[in-house]
Amino acid sequence: MERMPKWADVILVPLVSLILAAIISALVILAIGENPWAALKLMVSGALGSSYGWGYTLYYATNFIFTGLAVAIAFHARMFNIGGEGQAILGGLGVAIVCLYIPWPHWTLAILGATAGAALFGAAWAVIPAFLQAKRGSHIVITTIMFNFMAAALLNYLLVNQLKAPGMEPATSKFPEATNLPSFQDMFSFGETTLFRGTPANVAFFVAVLACIAIWVLIWKTRLGYEIRAFGHSESAAKYAGISPTKIIMVSMIISGGLAGMMAVNNVMGEAERLVLNAVEGAGFIGIAVALMGRSHPFGVFLAAILFGFLYQGGAELALWTSIPREMIVVIQALVIMFTGALDQMVRAPLEKVFIAFNKPQPEPQAKPQAKMGG
Amino acid sequence: MTDIAPAIELKGISKAFGPVQANKDIAIRVMPGTIHGIIGENGAGKSTLMSILYGFYKADKGEIFISGRKVQIPDSQAAIAAGIGMVFQHFKLVENFTVLENVILGAEDGAMLRPSLAKARRELKALAEEYGLNVEPDAVIEDIGVGMQQRVEILKALYRQADILILDEPTGVLTPAEADQLFRILERLREEGKTIILITHKLREIMEITDTVSVMRRGEMTATVKTANTSPPELAELMVGRKVLLRVDKEPAKPGAKVLEVRDLNITDDKGVHRLKGVSFEVRAGEILGIAGVAGNGQSELLEVLGGYEKATGEILVNGEKIDLTGSKSDGQSRRARGIAHVPEDRQREGLIMDYFAWENMVFGYHHDPKYQRNRLLMDNAAIKKDTADKMERFDVRPPDPFLQAKSFSGGNQQKIVLAREMERDPDLLLIGQPTRGVDIGAIEFIHQQIIALRDQGKAILLVSVELEEILSLSDRIAVIFDGKMMGERLPADTDENELGLMMAGMTKGEAA
Repeated sequence: MERMPKWADVILVPLVSLILAAIISALVILAIGENPWAALKLMVSGALGSSYGWGYTLYYATNFIFTGLAVAIAFHARMFNIGGEGQAILGGLGVAIVCLYIPWPHWTLAILGATAGAALFGAAWAVIPAFLQAKRGSHIVITTIMFNFMAAALLNYLLVNQLKAPGMEPATSKFPEATNLPSFQDMFSFGETTLFRGTPANVAFFVAVLACIAIWVLIWKTRLGYEIRAFGHSESAAKYAGISPTKIIMVSMIISGGLAGMMAVNNVMGEAERLVLNAVEGAGFIGIAVALMGRSHPFGVFLAAILFGFLYQGGAELALWTSIPREMIVVIQALVIMFTGALDQMVRAPLEKVFIAFNKPQPEPQAKPQAKMGG
Repeated sequence: MTDIAPAIELKGISKAFGPVQANKDIAIRVMPGTIHGIIGENGAGKSTLMSILYGFYKADKGEIFISGRKVQIPDSQAAIAAGIGMVFQHFKLVENFTVLENVILGAEDGAMLRPSLAKARRELKALAEEYGLNVEPDAVIEDIGVGMQQRVEILKALYRQADILILDEPTGVLTPAEADQLFRILERLREEGKTIILITHKLREIMEITDTVSVMRRGEMTATVKTANTSPPELAELMVGRKVLLRVDKEPAKPGAKVLEVRDLNITDDKGVHRLKGVSFEVRAGEILGIAGVAGNGQSELLEVLGGYEKATGEILVNGEKIDLTGSKSDGQSRRARGIAHVPEDRQREGLIMDYFAWENMVFGYHHDPKYQRNRLLMDNAAIKKDTADKMERFDVRPPDPFLQAKSFSGGNQQKIVLAREMERDPDLLLIGQPTRGVDIGAIEFIHQQIIALRDQGKAILLVSVELEEILSLSDRIAVIFDGKMMGERLPADTDENELGLMMAGMTKGEAA
């Protein structure tokens, strides 16, 4: 037995990592003289205890699903797309152009156009690093990082010089009303009861869920997914099989960039309803942690995105109601990212040892099947 | 005599990996100053046993005695301290370091390199004189041949004061002449009182050099005998557990039309090195052309060009039609469409995706075939799984479970998966590289029979192997490649290992005399 069972790999490892992150966070909170148990209760009730909390949690989660899927699909092709941030910025630009310059009759059509625009712009921003990687061997990590800075600068320039609405703020004007997406409040309030009041969660969440399903089908059920995974596992074998590395690098990065760009349907079109600076707010980087924690599986990405949504919303509540400073929230989030992402192996290796130790007696019943108890 | 303690004694060594009992109650005694062979099929537990001895694995049970003293070997440092040196099948050398730097790596004295290097230079000189192990200390590893690299590995062990030397499949990468040189060195080491354990699957080597031999089968030590008292057929039977045909039975070939014609093929790699220099040959339907050569003389590149993942200039005709060598139709998919199937030399790097299930691997390279698609978008995974189960049964893949990852199969069964995939395509031309590398004797017999059967169906087969025996027993014609050039063709009946060995070293018969 060289490895542990699958369930331990998918559930136990992230869970233990999470608990470790929580323990250290608790120690830090103790150290600044606050009560960690009260802080946890506040985070849970603030993020998950009401439809209001869920409205924010799911809004953040929607962003992270898109960027998490983006990183995950690239991981399957063994590409490390660090550029989700920049691709999401460009996606916002695509959404703004589609919403501002095309007269949409209804949001149902507008969301299709905006999704396409967001994906197209995000993909376009990923295609240049992909091409440089495939044809020139420029490392995708380096180029996508650079493209993040370029995207931010480009948006800055456009918002100040080209797209700025009248006024002081570097932002576009409000999108026309026909492009405004229904929020959860619009969708889930019946008669007297108003749910999700004033929260930014909107119909884009369902687009994210659809994206999870679509990516799952793509990776596990289609020829392209088969080729992407094959290339990711072994480039030499992929060449032998006649799978073009150039094609796989380009296609997987286009899909990846497209997904990152699609995040803009949620934050730009669904929430802000105009394009502002810093709209992405680091969600592109959170996507890396989400993909790592979710083991690059769309369902895992979904769950990890919800967790990070909870951390974001719970953290905001903490900052609002306690004297735990805003920076401490960032520390907690960083600890979770560090333990679930970067320090994954630290937890996995000892757990594996534990499993191997417990599996030792197994060969005996294997050798004599009649000695096996029960069934 | 009996009061001399054995150099190594193992008692009751057992090791399990989950449900797999890799070593079971192994006992072995190796007397000092002898060469002891350990022979067994792949997966018989030889490597596990040696890994335990070298501290990579911890035995579940059992004791290890070195020169009569009980020792614990928790890691390789402890193994080295106990006087054990290991020469791995795949050398563990830093390619861009010199011989000297490699020798001291991990055994430096102090923070500054200069004193260590000076000391190593002196000791290397002494070792070279003592054992005839001549190596240029300042040569960079990547510039010297594999035979020399192996000497460096041996020197590394000796530099660390090893009295017991374990060699794992040491001749796999050597020419027959280099293997002979290695054996002379081993004999010299034995004379000087070193103890040597030789792990191999080649019966001939066991017979030629060892004093005693242990046979392993399925994790157990089935016999330990004096080499002088045994014979290759007996050892083979002990290894496999049944009688084995060591020669391949086959009818004379009935060559038909030309299926493959290669004319003046040239390859220049990225560094500007000419890998193939004007290679020409042909293969007819119903015959096996064997290409003999030491690894690294261009035969891999030849297979890669034919398989569609290496560019070349020249002409290749398949069934009389030219195929594209550099353009958009020069990829592996186009080659497969032309009826070329390819069992690559390295199944783990190329032929299989080790993390893919058997069923995913069974369509690898043919995943565009319409019969594996459910519709334009989705693959028909159910059909692939069923197809895989059938093929696994026909090719006797064990266990016949489509839901196991490729890496969970033994080498022989991995190879059978690749063979099943490529042969069942009913190709016109089969390229097959190192068909039995790392494959156990029982499976070798099966694989050879399959290759002959495919030939008898009238298929053209291009066989590349570094095992001369295999080339001699399977081929209908033999071409020898050296340094990217064809040295000539021979009929198996008109030649022998000596002549082929010389040609593989770039010499013609006249020159050698």
